[in-house]
Amino acid sequence: MDPLESIKVTFFQECDELLADLEAGLLALESGQGDSDTINAVFRAVHSVKGGAGAFGFEPMVKFAHVFETALDAMRSGSLAAETDTLKTMLRASDVLADHVQAAKGQGAVDEARTLTMAEELAALTAPPETALGSVAPMGAAADEPPTDEWGFRPLKMAIDGPAEDGDGWTLIMRPKAEMYAKGDDAAILLRELGRLGPCEASFEDSALPEFDFLNPEASYLVWRVKIPGDVAEAAIRDVFDFVGDECPIDLTRGEAAALAPGPVAPVVDIDALLQAAKAETAASAPKPLAAAAPAPSGEDPAAKDSAKAPGPGAAATIRVDLDRVDRLIDLVGELVINQAMLQQRVGESDLARSSTVAIGLDELEQLTREIQDSVMAIRAQPVKSVFQRMPRLVREIAGSTGKQVRLVTEGENTEVDKTVIERLSDPITHMLRNAIDHGLETPEERMAAGKPAEGVVRLAALHRSGRIVLEVSDDGKGINRKRVREIAVNKGLIGADAQLSDDEIDNLIFLPGFSTATVVSNISGRGVGMDVVKRSIQALGGRISISSQPGRGSTFTLSLPLTLAVLDGMVVTAAGQTLVAPLTAIIETLQPKPGEVRPLGPRGAVLAVRGAHVPLIDIGVALGWRDIPIDPTAGVTLLVESEVGGRAALVVDAIQGQRQVVIKSLESNFQRVEAIAAATILGDGRVALILDVDAVIDARFLERIEPVSLAKAS
Amino acid sequence: MTGRTILTVDDSRMMREMLLMVLRDAGFNVVQAEDGVDGLSVLSATSPDVIITDINMPRMDGYGFIEHVRKDERHRATPILVLSTESAPEKKARAREAGATGWIVKPFNADNLLGAIRRVSA
Repeated sequence: MDPLESIKVTFFQECDELLADLEAGLLALESGQGDSDTINAVFRAVHSVKGGAGAFGFEPMVKFAHVFETALDAMRSGSLAAETDTLKTMLRASDVLADHVQAAKGQGAVDEARTLTMAEELAALTAPPETALGSVAPMGAAADEPPTDEWGFRPLKMAIDGPAEDGDGWTLIMRPKAEMYAKGDDAAILLRELGRLGPCEASFEDSALPEFDFLNPEASYLVWRVKIPGDVAEAAIRDVFDFVGDECPIDLTRGEAAALAPGPVAPVVDIDALLQAAKAETAASAPKPLAAAAPAPSGEDPAAKDSAKAPGPGAAATIRVDLDRVDRLIDLVGELVINQAMLQQRVGESDLARSSTVAIGLDELEQLTREIQDSVMAIRAQPVKSVFQRMPRLVREIAGSTGKQVRLVTEGENTEVDKTVIERLSDPITHMLRNAIDHGLETPEERMAAGKPAEGVVRLAALHRSGRIVLEVSDDGKGINRKRVREIAVNKGLIGADAQLSDDEIDNLIFLPGFSTATVVSNISGRGVGMDVVKRSIQALGGRISISSQPGRGSTFTLSLPLTLAVLDGMVVTAAGQTLVAPLTAIIETLQPKPGEVRPLGPRGAVLAVRGAHVPLIDIGVALGWRDIPIDPTAGVTLLVESEVGGRAALVVDAIQGQRQVVIKSLESNFQRVEAIAAATILGDGRVALILDVDAVIDARFLERIEPVSLAKAS
Repeated sequence: MTGRTILTVDDSRMMREMLLMVLRDAGFNVVQAEDGVDGLSVLSATSPDVIITDINMPRMDGYGFIEHVRKDERHRATPILVLSTESAPEKKARAREAGATGWIVKPFNADNLLGAIRRVSA
């Protein structure tokens, strides 16, 4: 990648972080938890975005950031109070700034009208209303500001062969002060820079130079006179002294006029000799600290050098690695795990004693392998913060468009989860938040009437629980209207009119496809997708979602996901001579049915009575087309599985081999998609085993032939 | 000029990378620090030929950093360039007052960055 492009990538990453800091800081200030450090951090965030945007020429972003920065600067200096309204404006401004960043990334466009209005609002913060327009001016000023003209070097003529013919050259007298040397500047450097403008003649006057014994190494004793060709622009000469300012006063005149006063002028020398002299002066006058005035190098010299990398301590804390490399590593570790399992099996099959050194070594290898696997997975683990960070804005926008007052509380932002999972969390969370605000929370009036604070609270939390990540979205709204949900489900034919459902079951009806409680499809939760879509996308990640609700007190959506999509805890089973893996998360329990519990249903089907309920029996061998006649369920083992779509089912398999963690290998990328099969894995004996897609098995192979009513009853 | 070393102090990773790219291409050794405090700790182990520092940084800003450097016997004569988005004379005066040798106005390009370094380095 072009280095500049890769820096741009860094810039965008940094922008995301900065925008998150900005928002977090503003929110902290709004809730009264911020202090001057917070204001400084917020200012810096905008300042840095502006700086980077300037480097890449994102002019609209620079302009807007500049206005924003001006307002924040006023807050920093105390002339603008950090009041709620001001902070709300700034939060919206941060959204606009975020839009600019997105636009710069090539994602989406900037709403120019909104930017302009926002800029005016920001400008109005720091100025009385009547002069608000005037204060927008810095925006223009920033744009007009020439980016590099400060001391940009002009092209120079390097005439080697003597002074220019121009008799009317410049005469420059410079009187460096000690202060100038104290800041790392050096007369030698100034002379060298002058020499770059054209062939110069320089002389110095040393009458002030005391005897060596009385020499103060920190003082400045020499006055310099430099003759510069007349065709050198005055600005270019003055420019050389841009850095040193008053600490090296200069007199610049046309012609020979000014003689160095007082005292005699030393003989004219050429610039090289002078540099030597200057060097000698600094070396002599300041042996220790000022020795930095070493022989003058020119800017071009280093260009030819191949530099060795000198890693700074600051850069050591984190490194950034191409994700492909990490993925490759994870792949390899997966192979290692498989290989190790194979080796273990081979050794197990041989006649080695369990206490043999080989067996012991192998145990250690297993442990190490597992540790390596965990460590490698940890590399790809990221805090959910990156997803959570996007949510305050979403909440603000939904709150704005629904007229509801909402406060978002997030917890467990540092909970880590695999990157592949993180990327896919955003949509479900977004949808659940939308749902919570749109359907869960009441309007401020309704809330007041119910004796609640006008502002509703939506909580977004992440935590680890038994090897999975659990996300909770809860609101303190009105809870699920079960009567209404039930009615809808009956009307839509999702359940029978006489179905007996527990509160929990009713709540979870909202996940059924085609269910939507909103009588008017709002443009927030609406968009043609319901909770069933959320549910499906979560299931696709190997996750589960459920809801619990208390009327008048609010609802909580809980979704749990595996921490990674690279390994899976599975139950290894056999069916029709094939080895299969069933995801452990889908299995509720394993059963050995007794004859009385199996009841025939229809010509070929059967159901299993499990503690009073009936669940369909599915012979996996038949379902996958490996045999035609189902085995007697009482002779095999059944896995009671749950698929959110259709409730439960009992999968009949021949035998259970055991439980183990398997490395997931995509079938799609290595072979092709196979219905009812989620993926594949390689077992310890080297054989490929298919990983069952439990939902698909229940859904496609069976459910379509079963009346929804009887299913609901069965569950 | 083999292996001249430049210390860059900036809290922005992007800016550090930008500086690193230009400086390394120009043949310098580059040492990085993330803020003033970090910069001082880097200086305890390194003696750069030139220091380039941002002003707005957490923990210790550029002014504070420069003042500390100027008090340090080992580094007080080291040229320090300030990276600034401001070109206002008072900002320059402030930088100069703190002990900066010169400044680079952001956004910079390779030419003016290297030019500024040349102008302060012996």
